[in-house]
Amino acid sequence: MTNNENIITVKDLVKKFGHFVANDHLNFEVRKGEIFGFLGANGAGKTTAIRILCGLSYPTSGEVKVGGFDIYTQRNQIKRNIGYMSQKFSLYDDLTVYENIRFYAGIYGLGRKEITIKAAMLMKRLDLESAKDKLIRDIPQGWKQKLAFSVAIIHDPKIVFLDEPTGGVDPIIRRQFWNLIYEAARDGITVFVTTHYMDEAEYCDRVTIMVDGKIAALDTPSALKKTYSATNMNEVFLKLARATMVA
Amino acid sequence: MENPSIIVRNISRSYGSVKALDDISFEILKGELFGFIGPDGAGKTTLFRILATLLLPDEGTASVEGLDVVKDFKKIRKILGYMPGRFSLYMDLSVEENLSFYATIFGTTIEENYNLIKDIYRQIEPFKKRKAGQLSGGMKQKLALCCALIHKPAVIFLDEPTTGVDAVSRMEFWEMLRRLKESNITIMVSTPYMDEASLCDRVALIQDGKIMKISKPDEIVADYRHELWAVRSGRFFELLSDLRAYPGIHSVHAFGQAAHVAFDKSGMTAEDLRKYLINNRHKDVVIEEIKPTIEDCFMELMSSEK
Repeated sequence: MTNNENIITVKDLVKKFGHFVANDHLNFEVRKGEIFGFLGANGAGKTTAIRILCGLSYPTSGEVKVGGFDIYTQRNQIKRNIGYMSQKFSLYDDLTVYENIRFYAGIYGLGRKEITIKAAMLMKRLDLESAKDKLIRDIPQGWKQKLAFSVAIIHDPKIVFLDEPTGGVDPIIRRQFWNLIYEAARDGITVFVTTHYMDEAEYCDRVTIMVDGKIAALDTPSALKKTYSATNMNEVFLKLARATMVA
Repeated sequence: MENPSIIVRNISRSYGSVKALDDISFEILKGELFGFIGPDGAGKTTLFRILATLLLPDEGTASVEGLDVVKDFKKIRKILGYMPGRFSLYMDLSVEENLSFYATIFGTTIEENYNLIKDIYRQIEPFKKRKAGQLSGGMKQKLALCCALIHKPAVIFLDEPTTGVDAVSRMEFWEMLRRLKESNITIMVSTPYMDEASLCDRVALIQDGKIMKISKPDEIVADYRHELWAVRSGRFFELLSDLRAYPGIHSVHAFGQAAHVAFDKSGMTAEDLRKYLINNRHKDVVIEEIKPTIEDCFMELMSSEK
């Protein structure tokens, strides 16, 4: 559950590529256990920021802490305390269900014994025991989604980053996936999620909208709708993103 | 009745044991903006590739502007513009070079058909010396559309042009397609975004290699057979599970700030539901009757197919 403890703090984060400013003085905090929506048009700087938060790229300047660890000096600790999943890349198609679980658990640093126990638990919980030796490419999309998410949090991370996890999936699976997100948050995992589906923005505790490398808005969905006199998050998004395009 | 531009009869195509397309038939009229709406893996790209003469069907026949996709493939390629799902641009060529490359391949010039693309091309023309690889997603998409149009095709196929594109660029893209329709080009477009269905003249809802329904968007909505209600309360995820546990409810789906609840026609009332929710400690309960969206219809069709 959400409380006031901050799990991510970002102060004056700047990232430049040559003369191009991808992240322009970002300031925000993510609270422990919250579902934090990270929205923005293509090229607004979302991916750049996520890569920095995951310890994959250094900022040009600014102070960033993730899970209490410093982004410049404690990247390995950060990597051990986060999970990551995206729609584009998650599971290996030519490995089996069991092999994928073992592979990811190993990457995330679990020991051999722990892997066996966790893998069995996970397959039981997801009802995938009968599919243990099936190749990922042969299982239905809905199962893949659940499995991809479950392996991303197999090491009980403090934070899971979900980069467009529901892009292109069918409408029923898309909704089932948000139930998983919600359950993870209820279990205390902080969820940092990007999406292009504006209805999903409504399920977040707080939403930030990036425009041209800056944070244009950050608040709860209901407060944002109020501020921008909008009936839904799609209108909020269009108002913010369009305003700067015209300018 | 106008002449059909595209005719597909009983097309099937498998990859190994996976049936990507299962006995698909439909017609698209000349000048129509026709949408294929369905998730990844529904078979949209396979269908596009067959009609673009890049893949042979296992069974069935298809024609584009009266030309057979197997026998007349060379002729079809001359009259067809195709924008595949992944960008078809040369990333190390500039905007202008990409466009003139496509024009040259089709034996024409940018100048000759400039009129057709000018509305779209003007938006990227200030960047014409920039390499395609350095454009934003929205701009790449506009350039790819220009390249698909530069030889003035009779028909264009756009395979998921708006996937991974933000809400603003998506809206702009559809505005461009509406304007293109005025040039009487037949447009076949696919998308996983259900909300884009209403922007087409007709749509086919596609899932697991089968077309579940073909109709005008408003007719699809009119065919929805249940009473539908939008329900809200302060605790959203608890609301969903409590609603699912309520007897006599046909379906419950999350739609942003509200749950869409379909009643079986068994004399249930919104008042009964309100009492039940209040008994389950829900506050600020709001229940209102609504018209279904295409996404409601899609999920209803999906569950009735299974």
